[in-house]
Amino acid sequence: MPAEHYLNVKYGLKSWLLTKDHKRIAMLYLISVTVMFALGGLFAGLVRLELITPGGDFLSADAYNKAFSAHGIIMVFFFLIPAVPAIFGNFLIPIQIGAKDLAFPRINLLSWYLYIIGALLGISAILAGGVDTGWTFYPPYSSQYSQSHVLLAGLGAFIAGFSSILTGLNFVVTIHKMRAPGMTWFRLPLFVWAHYATSLIMLLGTPVVAITIVLLVVERLFGVGIFDPSIGGDPVLFQHLFWFYSHPAVYIMILPAMGVQSELVATFSRRRVFGYSFVAFSSLAIAIIGFVVWGHHMFVSGQSMYAGLVFSILTMLVAIPSAVKTFNWALTMYKGSISYETPMIYAIGFLGLFVIGGLTGLFLGAMGLDIHLHDTYFVVAHFHYIMVGGTVMGFMGGLHYYWPKMSGRMYPDGWGRLSAMIIFVGFNLTFFPQFIAGYLGMPRRYYMYDPDFHIWNIMSTAGATVLAIGYMMPLFYMAWSWKWGRPAGPNPWGAKGLEWTTQSPPTTFNFDETPIWNEEAYDYDPEEAEAEYEREFGTIN
Amino acid sequence: MSHSHTHGHPKGLVHHFDDLKQQNEAATLGMWGFLITEILFFGGLITAYIIFRGLYPEVFLHGSHMLDWKLGGLNTLVLLCSSLTMAFAVHASHEGKPKSAFNYLILTILFGSVFLVVKYFEYKAKVDHHLIPGSASFTFTEGGVDAGRAQIFFILYFAMTGVHALHMIVGIGIVAWIATKVRNNAFTKDYYSPVEMTGLYWHFVDIVWIFLYPLLYLIDLTKVGGGGHALLDTDTLMKLLG
Repeated sequence: MPAEHYLNVKYGLKSWLLTKDHKRIAMLYLISVTVMFALGGLFAGLVRLELITPGGDFLSADAYNKAFSAHGIIMVFFFLIPAVPAIFGNFLIPIQIGAKDLAFPRINLLSWYLYIIGALLGISAILAGGVDTGWTFYPPYSSQYSQSHVLLAGLGAFIAGFSSILTGLNFVVTIHKMRAPGMTWFRLPLFVWAHYATSLIMLLGTPVVAITIVLLVVERLFGVGIFDPSIGGDPVLFQHLFWFYSHPAVYIMILPAMGVQSELVATFSRRRVFGYSFVAFSSLAIAIIGFVVWGHHMFVSGQSMYAGLVFSILTMLVAIPSAVKTFNWALTMYKGSISYETPMIYAIGFLGLFVIGGLTGLFLGAMGLDIHLHDTYFVVAHFHYIMVGGTVMGFMGGLHYYWPKMSGRMYPDGWGRLSAMIIFVGFNLTFFPQFIAGYLGMPRRYYMYDPDFHIWNIMSTAGATVLAIGYMMPLFYMAWSWKWGRPAGPNPWGAKGLEWTTQSPPTTFNFDETPIWNEEAYDYDPEEAEAEYEREFGTIN
Repeated sequence: MSHSHTHGHPKGLVHHFDDLKQQNEAATLGMWGFLITEILFFGGLITAYIIFRGLYPEVFLHGSHMLDWKLGGLNTLVLLCSSLTMAFAVHASHEGKPKSAFNYLILTILFGSVFLVVKYFEYKAKVDHHLIPGSASFTFTEGGVDAGRAQIFFILYFAMTGVHALHMIVGIGIVAWIATKVRNNAFTKDYYSPVEMTGLYWHFVDIVWIFLYPLLYLIDLTKVGGGGHALLDTDTLMKLLG
């Protein structure tokens, strides 16, 4: 282990709570986001337990509404949105572009505090008795018919939103203005491109949902109709404003994970990402097209048929850049020198699950088919294939890939691979049956269901148990490695990129002097990779 | 640690930037990025305004009669003056004249405060006329429009001008803070980006008002300008509004 690094320059709680070091702030996020993930998972557990039988045996209807709302609100606003950008983006973007820190370190710390305040408000809403609106806060659930703590939860989401805006702002400015000499736009790792696109969405989308929540609060406080139809308001206006943010927000959740995916696939195939510039621009294309597809959430909300038609076509368009990425990852692996360390297991899992999640998204984007599938478990399954199969797999892959850089130590790879495979199996057992139940007509958000759907729900709950075991394993071996893991050295994976030239863990300012970078991104040498393979496994036939 | 100024370090340069140019460019881009988020924030409100004005044009027409276009006009003028003094303050900082910059910043604060005082009297008049939406005593009889819907106009009026006034209050606080730094000679000809950024924010808040004023106060142009020289008569206006 290096003598001096960002973790041991100072000790004590104060040195962490007042830190301006992007790497320490990333670690603060890692801890808090993990806590929220566990909490959100707990509520998912309650939902799955209730659904193990067709009757309402475990939770009351009301408690069930509150359980799935808590699961959704926590996972979306306090896990999925900050998970990859606030932890890995924060830690790595400055190092990958050769900067000493993000452009605005104090604002970066402020983002974390806003996140914590938002999360505490969200938790207090749950402790005070819960919210029963679902994570979408649709009126009139959230206005006229709500007796639950919408104000507290809404305020929590509002404040967490500003955390996300400030993080996005920091990334955009940092990527524009703080790249080291020689680090041109087309030498940036695709991880950085993905975060750049994500940041644009954070900047342009989040303020709209913030003002929407303000209007919702104003409506509840004054009792004047803005969204509530019974007093002259317009509920569809809420849905438009909400989805104008919340659809692009799903790209806030998936794009950073796609960035991680590009890094993993290149490193463990020992090949430059196929079609680098296509993958880079597809991130921007997703960010841009993602802003004009929100109406596909509202095919049955009284939106005009013609608007629905346009949104349906635009939704098909957003699949193109996602497909570009998927094919390019596959082609990067083609004839690559592939090795199967833990991060690569996650990357391969991501690839397969994202394809299923993406293709089923097209089912839902097709207006006619959506009328059958709308508000069924098919939607739930699709969403989780993208968000858990995509984002969480990317998150876990990133965690296992960058952990040696962050902690300076290696975790036991065998345990890592085992837990990755348990997660993959558990995930598919949980969510694939939901496609079938949903297609057969099982609606979402009900605590009872027709006994015909029983078998699919038993499978799903069994899968959730396996999934939970898989998620808990890294907690133990990662914690173990923090103290006893073998020192990683600067570049344990033999990867290319500026972040792998620094010591692990890096020093507070990453570099003693601003580095000069002369390499293309992912500058892997195929012959060198082949030689490495032959050394390890013998001659290639 | 980030404030340790070694020799050869220009005044104001923070450790993690290479030079002042990079630092100023980062601050400028950051501020513009922030202002874009502000545009979208107000954009949500204006979307709600457009939807409801389209749904209930007559309510907005009669509702706007209850707003005092003269006071609103006065406030527009006051804010334009404040933007002028703000621009002078930035220019004086650029020229390296902190005393003059300080005086212009104080003038900006004064104009900003006048705006808020006028706004206070406007709000008070709404209270006196029972035009507070959501209160039990809300009464609106003009033009025979539905009082419940009239509340929607007033809730938007209060939300839009209220969020704007909040930005004014924050702005005055920031200008005051920057003014004390200017007084303490914290800036140089090469490093005055905090003054410039404060200026950008101030102009932005000013421009928001330039949009709010016609949207809320000037809906019925027949009432504006004393009524004698109407730009539009009510019938044509109603047709235009749908």
